[in-house]
Amino acid sequence: MRISVQEAPFDLGREAADFAAGRADMGAIVTFTGVVRDLPGDPLEVMEIEHYPGMTEAALTEMAQQAVARFSLGDVLVIHRFGALKPGEMIMMVATAAPHRKDAFAAAEFLMDYLKSRAPFWKREVTAQGSDWVAAKDEDEVALDRWS
Amino acid sequence: MNVLYFAWVRERIGVPREQVETTARTVNDLVVELRAREERYAAAFEDLSALRVAVDQTLAEFDAPLDGVREVAFFPPMTGG
Repeated sequence: MRISVQEAPFDLGREAADFAAGRADMGAIVTFTGVVRDLPGDPLEVMEIEHYPGMTEAALTEMAQQAVARFSLGDVLVIHRFGALKPGEMIMMVATAAPHRKDAFAAAEFLMDYLKSRAPFWKREVTAQGSDWVAAKDEDEVALDRWS
Repeated sequence: MNVLYFAWVRERIGVPREQVETTARTVNDLVVELRAREERYAAAFEDLSALRVAVDQTLAEFDAPLDGVREVAFFPPMTGG
């Protein structure tokens, strides 16, 4: 299990290849990558991501441990960036390894649903018109409820 | 006790963290003390339904006790992923 909270970009191909390497017992590797999306009509200059050092790592570790306990996972990788990111840059990735694909997919969704509303990150969108904190969505709470 | 603020709560109060001398027994008591300080605190804590709290870096409820607690953080709902 590896958790990384970092400002620097990551290499998706290398991370996925390293994660998948040498796992003859794992028949399924799923990766999900979140990308900074531009805003239609009001171009995004930068997305600033703030986090709570210490709690972030603890919360992500706890989520990954829950995923391992809940699904038949061989391994989990979570990388999440903070700082100033441009449209098209990768914000985060999760990877899950399981003997079968159903668990690998479900665990990746579980991790994403938790990351969205239980990991202490806050996003702010900066455009030529000004800047705004991204509001949490009700649908993210609904997505989380299905796992309880 | 260390009190931390994130995102727009930090902006409204004007500092990211501060040392607070308090005898508050719960998070709610601490909020009452902070609100009474200055207008910027009253503004930040106006609507508790818009806020979340972590006690010693674990998400908590506003009625959580503060016995032996070293760090409390206030912030808006999280937007990770």
